[in-house]
Amino acid sequence: MAPSERRYTRDHEWVQLDGDVATVGITAYAADQLGDVVFVELPSIGRSLEQHATFGVVESVKAVSDLFAPVSGEVVEANAALAGEPELANGDPYGAGWMIRVRLTDASQVDALLDEAAYEALTRAG
Amino acid sequence: MTDQDAQPLRETALVDLHESLHARLIGFGGWLMPVQYTGILQEHQAVRERAGLFDLSHMGELFVDGPDAGDALASALVSDPRALAIGRAQYSMICAEDGGIIDDLIVYRLAEDRFLVVANASNASVVSDALADRLAGWNAVLDDRSMVTSLVAIQGPVAASILQPLTSVDLSGLRYYAIGEGTVAGVAALVARTGYTGEDGFEVFVDWDRATGIWSALSAAGADAGLIPCGLGARDTLRLEAGMPLYGNELDRATNPFEAGLGRVVKLDKPGTFVGRDALMRIASRGPARRLVGLVVTGRGIARHGYVVRDEEGPTGIITSGTHSPTLGRPIAMAFVHPKHAEPGTILAVDVRDQPVAAEVTQLPFYRRAR
Repeated sequence: MAPSERRYTRDHEWVQLDGDVATVGITAYAADQLGDVVFVELPSIGRSLEQHATFGVVESVKAVSDLFAPVSGEVVEANAALAGEPELANGDPYGAGWMIRVRLTDASQVDALLDEAAYEALTRAG
Repeated sequence: MTDQDAQPLRETALVDLHESLHARLIGFGGWLMPVQYTGILQEHQAVRERAGLFDLSHMGELFVDGPDAGDALASALVSDPRALAIGRAQYSMICAEDGGIIDDLIVYRLAEDRFLVVANASNASVVSDALADRLAGWNAVLDDRSMVTSLVAIQGPVAASILQPLTSVDLSGLRYYAIGEGTVAGVAALVARTGYTGEDGFEVFVDWDRATGIWSALSAAGADAGLIPCGLGARDTLRLEAGMPLYGNELDRATNPFEAGLGRVVKLDKPGTFVGRDALMRIASRGPARRLVGLVVTGRGIARHGYVVRDEEGPTGIITSGTHSPTLGRPIAMAFVHPKHAEPGTILAVDVRDQPVAAEVTQLPFYRRAR
C-alpha cells in the first residue's frame, strides 16, 4: 500500500500513514521558525503515546521546543540519524529528518488532522 | 533574550536594510533587532573563519568631556580610566553602593579630557542617569549620544583586510582595545579594535543616518571575502564561546564583579574613592559566595539559562547561559556554583527536563583564537 498524503497538526508536526504505522516529523515551517536544529530528544521504542502529549524535544541554537504526539499509539521506531545529524530536521524535514514511527491505536485520528491546504492557510495566517 | 515591554520598540537606522535582507527581527533591550539573517550556525562560522557584519546601534554611547572627566569617571566606575593612554580602551563596570553591577561597559579615551563610555542597550538610560548623577560637582559634562550614534561592527579574521581600504585609520597601528578617529567610506567615524566575538574585529561609530552608507560599503567590499550580515543570535554564541559575560545573564544588580570573575577590573587602590568601594572591599577580603564557571556538558542535553546545577548532595548553582557551541560541536554553558566547585575538572550535573546530565567545570574561555 502506498503511503497516504501528509496530514498536519496545529503544533506543526506532520504525519504520513503507511498501513497502520504513522511516520511523524516537524514541518518545514516549524524547522524554519526554530532555526538551526542542534539537538533532538526522542522516545524509546515501545513507549506508548497519547495524542497531544509531549513525546520529545527539539532544540535549536536559541530555543527549546516540545514535540507533541499527533496520534496515539506505540513507538515502533525513532530516527537514530538525528542524534548525530540533527540538522536533517532543517534540511529534509519530510524525508531524512523524520522523527518517529508510531503504530496507531485509532486510525481515525489521522483523518481529523489538517490537510495540506488547511495547514498552509494556518501558517500563512502566522 | 526577548523582552516584552509594552513600550514600542526603537528602530535603528538600518532596520529597512535588515528587512530587505529577510532578517528575523526581535525585541531586545527595547530595540527591534535582527536575531538572524541566514542562520545562526552559518553566521557564527563566518565570523570564526572569515567575517561578519553587525548592527549594534542599540548600544548606548555616552561621551564625557571636561577637565575633570578622568577623575569623575574614576569616581563613578570601578576601573581607573585615568590610567588609559589617549586612544586606548578598557573594560569596566558601573556598580551600585552595595557592589552590585549596574552595567558592564567599555571606556575609550578619545582625548586628554574626553571619554566615550559604551553601555548595553537595556541599561543605556539607567547608566546615563547614574553617570549624570555621579558627575555632579565635577567639571565634566555628560553627552548621551545613544540616539544619534550608529554602531556597525565588522568581526572576524579577514575584517581588517576588508575595512582597511575603506578607512583613513591605519589599522596595522591600531592595537586591540584601541580607538582611532578618521573616515570610513568617506564618513567621519570612530574606529575601535574591540568586539564581543573572540575574534579580531572593529566597531565603527558614526552619525545615526550614516550607518546605511557604511553598512553598504562594507557589505560590498567584503562580499568576495565571505563577509555576511550577522544577528544577535550569532553574537550570543560567539561571546559565550569567548567566555564573555552578558548583562542580564551572568551580570545583574544582584551580582558583584568578584563572583563574576571580574575582580581584576575593580581598582580598589586607585586614588580617590568610587561608588561601591566599601562594599567591594568587604567582598574582596572575605571572598565571593559563589563563582562563575564554564561548563562543558558531557552527557546528552543542552544546559540553558535558569537550569539547576547540582552536586551529589543537591542543588549547588544555576546556569546563566548555555547553548550548543558551533565551534566545539558540543553544549557549553556558564554557571554560578559554590566556590568549592570552581576547580576545572570538577564533575557536576545539570537538570535538563528533570534528568541529571553530566557536565565538567572547565577553564574559560571555551574558545581562544590563534594569534
